[in-house]
Amino acid sequence: MQKRKIIRRILDNITEKLLTISGAVTGIAILFITFFLFTEGAALFQSPQVEHGYALYVNSSNPVNTLQPEENKAIFDGEITNWNELGGKDGEIKIFRIDDAFQIYPESELGENYELLPAKLGEIISKEENILAFLPTQYAPQGAAVKALTAKNIQPKDYFLGKGWLPTATPVPLFGVLPLVLGTLLVSIVALLIALPLGLGVAIYLSELASDRQRRLLKPVIELLAGIPSVVYGFFGLVVLVPIVQKALNLPVGETAFTGSLLLAIMALPTIISVAEDALRNTPRAMREASLALGATQWQTIYRVVIPYAKSGISAAVVLGIGRAIGETMAVMMVTGNAAVMPQSLMESVRTIPATIAAELGEAPAGGAHYQALFLLGCILFVFTMIISISAEIISKKKNYKAH
Amino acid sequence: MNKRLSQQIAFIIFKLFGVLVVAILISILGFIIVNGISVINWEFLTAFPEEGMTTGGIFPAIVGTLYLIIGSLLFAFPLGVMSAIYTHEYAGKGWIVKTIRMMTNNLASIPSIVFGLFGMALFVNKLNFGDSIIAGSLTLGLLALPVIIRTTEEALKAVPNTYREASLALGATKLQTIKKVVIPAAMPNIITGLILSIGRVSGETAPILFTVAAYLLPQLPTGIFDQAMALPYHLYVLATSGTDLEASRPMAYGTALVLIMIVLTMNLLASFMRRKLEKKRSK
Repeated sequence: MQKRKIIRRILDNITEKLLTISGAVTGIAILFITFFLFTEGAALFQSPQVEHGYALYVNSSNPVNTLQPEENKAIFDGEITNWNELGGKDGEIKIFRIDDAFQIYPESELGENYELLPAKLGEIISKEENILAFLPTQYAPQGAAVKALTAKNIQPKDYFLGKGWLPTATPVPLFGVLPLVLGTLLVSIVALLIALPLGLGVAIYLSELASDRQRRLLKPVIELLAGIPSVVYGFFGLVVLVPIVQKALNLPVGETAFTGSLLLAIMALPTIISVAEDALRNTPRAMREASLALGATQWQTIYRVVIPYAKSGISAAVVLGIGRAIGETMAVMMVTGNAAVMPQSLMESVRTIPATIAAELGEAPAGGAHYQALFLLGCILFVFTMIISISAEIISKKKNYKAH
Repeated sequence: MNKRLSQQIAFIIFKLFGVLVVAILISILGFIIVNGISVINWEFLTAFPEEGMTTGGIFPAIVGTLYLIIGSLLFAFPLGVMSAIYTHEYAGKGWIVKTIRMMTNNLASIPSIVFGLFGMALFVNKLNFGDSIIAGSLTLGLLALPVIIRTTEEALKAVPNTYREASLALGATKLQTIKKVVIPAAMPNIITGLILSIGRVSGETAPILFTVAAYLLPQLPTGIFDQAMALPYHLYVLATSGTDLEASRPMAYGTALVLIMIVLTMNLLASFMRRKLEKKRSK
C-alpha cells in the first residue's frame, strides 16, 4: 500500500515536471526560430561577393584593385567595356573564362589532372594587360604579373539598398532586396485599401444593423472564407481573376500587382471584419443610448460615437490585416507574375518576399550565398510581422487602459 | 444632406457589402464545386496520377496529407495541451507566464513560409532528416501549436473555479483535480481545437514546400523518413508546373474540391461543436 502511494507520488511529480517543460518548450520555440533564421541569414555578410570558389584576376599592371557588385554585373553584361570607366587605363576589357583556356591549349598540354593549368593561365594573364579573368580558385593562376582582385564580402548596404535581385547571375550575383520589399509593401497596402472599406462596412453591418438571422448567415460565411487554404485562393485567382483583370483592363498579361492585391483583399477580409466587429461591439450601450437620446440618427451615432470609440480596435484590425497580407505566400506567388524588378505600376508584374523564398529556396544550394540571402529575407519578413503583431497588441492595450 | 437620407444611403451600402462578401464566398466555392464535382469518382480518389498527371487520381496526395495530419498532431497536440495546462493551471500570474503567452501569440502571427524556412534549416539540414514526413510533420506541428494552445486555454478558462475548489476541498491533489475534474470538463472544447488545427494543417502549402513535399512519387511512402505528396502542394503543381497545364486542369479542380472539403468540413465541425457547447453552457 505504502509502496504504491510512493510510486504514484513519483509519477505525479514527473507529470508535473512534464507540464512545466512543455510550457517552457513552447515559450522558447519562437526564440529557437528566431535564432535559426538570423544565424543562417547573417552568414550572408561573411560570404564573398564573387561566386563561391571563384575569383577575379587581372594583369598586375592594371591599377584597378577591386570591383563593386554592380560594376561586375555591368562588365559581364557588356554594359561597361573599357577599363577607364572603372578608374583604370584606357583599354577594352577582355573577359576570360576557364573554358577559354581549353580553346587555346589542347588538353594534352595541361597535364593529366590539369596540374599545368595554373601556370598556363598565369602566362595568359601576364601577356594581356586588359584581361579580366574569372577563374576557379582551385586553379589560381601562377605568374609574376598576376594580380587577384580583392574579394570583399557581401555588404549590408548592397543587400538592403540594392535595386537588383539577380541571385543566380555569374560571376557576381546581386542580392538587392529593395524591389522585393517594395513589391511586398505595394501589394499589401493596395490590398488593404480595397479590403478596409469593405471590411469595415461589413463589420458595422454585423454589429449594428443585422438581424439575428442575418448574423447567423453572415458569420459562418466569414469563417468559411477564413478557412479556405491559400493555395485554393491562388488557384481561383489564377483561373478566374487573372483573365478577368487582363480583359477588363486590357493588359498584355493578367498577372499583375493589382491581381495580387485583389486576391489578398479577399483573404484579409475575415481578419479585418472579425477584429473590427469585436471592437464595435465593445462600445458601451450607454454611449449609444446617450447619443440617440440627444436626437441623433442611428447612422450619426455610428460614425460620431461608435466608430470613434472603437478607433483603436479598428486600427488593430488594419494592422492585423496588413500582417495577413504581408506574409501570404502561395496565393500571391500564383497571381502576381513574379518579376523581381522595382515595381513601376500596379498593372505590372511584381514579386513579394514570401513568393521569392518559396520560388527560389528549392534551387538554392544549402549553405550558399543565395540560400543565406533567402534566409535573410525570412528575417526581414519575421521582423515585419513581429512589429505588426506587437503594435497591434499595444494598440488594443491602449483601449483597455482607457476603458478602466 | 438630409440626415435620414444619408443614413439610408449608408445602410444600403453596408448591406450591399454584406451581400458582396456572401457573393465572393459563393463564387469561389461554386466555381470549384461546379468544376470539380464531375472529376471526383472512386478512381480519382484511389488511383495514382498517370500520363504526366493529366489522368488517373490523387491517391498518394490524399495519403500524404493524412500522414502529415497524424504526424504533426501526434507531436503538437500533447505538447500544446500540456503547455496550456501549465500556463493556465500551474504558473502564477508573473512575468514568465506573460512572456510565454506573448511568445505564443507572436508564434501565431509568423507567416507560414517562415516556418518552412525554419523547418528546412533545422529538421531537413541540421538534423539531417532530409525531405521527409517527419521534417514536414514537425514543421506543421509548430504551426498548429498556437491554435491548440489558445483553444485549450480558453477551454480551461471556461471550467468554473467551483469545480476545482470542490475537488480540492475533498482532499484531491492539484494534479488529481486537473486529471479527474478539469480536463474532462474542458475536453469537448479541447477537441474543437484539435479539429481546427487539422483544418489548418491540411491546407498549408508553404511550410511543406521544402520539408516534405514531392512533385510526383511512383509509390506510397513507406516510413517517416520518406518524402510524400500532399494535397495542397499537388494542387499547386497541377495549377502551375505540370507537364501539360490545360490537360491537367480537371485534375486540379478535383484536387481543389477534395482539399476544400477536408478543410471546410473540419472548420464547420469545429464551429458546430463550439456553438452546441455555448448553448449547453448558457442553459
